[in-house]
Amino acid sequence: MGIRLDKSWENLDPETIASLPAQLGVYHVADENGTVLSVGYAGARHLFGIRTALEEELRLHGDRASKFRYEFTSNYQSRWDELLMLHVYDHGQLPDHQRAEENRVGRLSPN
Amino acid sequence: MDFSLTEEQQLIVETTRRFVQSEIVPLEDDLDPDAGALKPDDHDRLLAMTQAMGFYGLDIPEEYGGPGLDTTTRALMAIEMSQHRAGLYNPCYGVFGGAGLAQLYEATDSQKERWLYPTLRGEKKGCFALTEPAGGSDPARAIQTRGFKDGAEWVLSGSKLYISGADKADYALVFARTSDDPGRNGVTAFIVDTDTPGFHVRRVVHTLRATHYATELHFDEMRVPEENILGEVNGGFAIANDRLSRQRIPYAAGCVGPAIKAQEMAIDWAKNRETFGSPLAEKQAIQWMVVDNEIDIRHARYCVLEAAQKADSGERFRTEAAMAKLVATEASSRVIDRCIQIHGGVGVTKDLPLERWYRELRIRRVGEGPSEVQRLIMARDILGGSFK
Repeated sequence: MGIRLDKSWENLDPETIASLPAQLGVYHVADENGTVLSVGYAGARHLFGIRTALEEELRLHGDRASKFRYEFTSNYQSRWDELLMLHVYDHGQLPDHQRAEENRVGRLSPN
Repeated sequence: MDFSLTEEQQLIVETTRRFVQSEIVPLEDDLDPDAGALKPDDHDRLLAMTQAMGFYGLDIPEEYGGPGLDTTTRALMAIEMSQHRAGLYNPCYGVFGGAGLAQLYEATDSQKERWLYPTLRGEKKGCFALTEPAGGSDPARAIQTRGFKDGAEWVLSGSKLYISGADKADYALVFARTSDDPGRNGVTAFIVDTDTPGFHVRRVVHTLRATHYATELHFDEMRVPEENILGEVNGGFAIANDRLSRQRIPYAAGCVGPAIKAQEMAIDWAKNRETFGSPLAEKQAIQWMVVDNEIDIRHARYCVLEAAQKADSGERFRTEAAMAKLVATEASSRVIDRCIQIHGGVGVTKDLPLERWYRELRIRRVGEGPSEVQRLIMARDILGGSFK
């Protein structure tokens, strides 16, 4: 089983978000070049799951955020940590607004 | 046996209960239902409180600066500390401090300087790497990680599975087969810094426990200095086994807390929730579930305290510790299951902690030696040496 989140990108817009089921999971939000702006999760405190979480991402990044990819999972906490570790492994650091998480997450050397 | 609490124990239990109810539970209202950590500010504030209370580092031996609690008092505290949503695997979110790997208290002075004392000061973290893909219930025979000596170093190759905390650890206690003996006499314990070339955390292993994942480790011709051996060459299994026995009592005690809290919740719900014109508490089906819960809770608590008292009195306690682990994990699982049934729909939602306890308790019947191994341990003791 692959550990990377490599699903297809979808457009990050209100219509697409509204079409998603209100489930829990993890996601990447990226700009139009595919640079990941957020590695996030939709947890039980998000009123409508991934819909609410992505709406928050839209408000945070504005026009910079143009696409997202996601994965539904009830293990969103551990899967989120895994994606954060993978991001650090692949890119050396987390997206700017998530740099504080680097003190918390562990190290992974998947290859 | 006399299970009445001393005045000091009563005070400690009441203080711990008050701390959980007034300091921990309110914070969980704002946390994710599967959260494994407090916000840093809250953690630091509560840690300062436990230090001021003299309760920091509960499992640290007194000669190393710990509070010097006996096993019974420690078990009583574990029952109280686990009575919140994250309490089963993360009692009070760690603000009572840890003790590091118990095996390090047997280390040499220079090993203590390098790994134990920094751990007690909170500067380093360790992990315990015993279980392998070939098995965990019979580690002495399942270990396939190999170590061979090359000059002043040992070269380790192999893999470990279901290892907690390895991705954040500064060092690991790694058990490897170092002789042709296929059993317990061919295993050595090595203290390995996790930045050693060849030490790889390959993946996160997702489990029912949604926050605290396990990891899979690979060792690729990892070179470890001779002075990193803990204990004797080929004497590592005794070190591992000692830890497994000692851990069972607090491990069992921590299972009783959520069962007590779930029972309180179920009783409250049963008294107030009405169906078919009367409270649930007036239905015999519910009454019997509540009674069965009480029997399970008291049975589990009895076994935990009996094992703890035997340990405190210096008697052999292996059978009692195994029984406590078996009974507490299985009885508490039944209690949580019944409490979910009493609550109905809301019982399976993340609005209540029951679903988290239900998932996490299932792991407890496997971790630290599954129920079947506990029965095997007890059978050996009850039936005597000829059974071995």
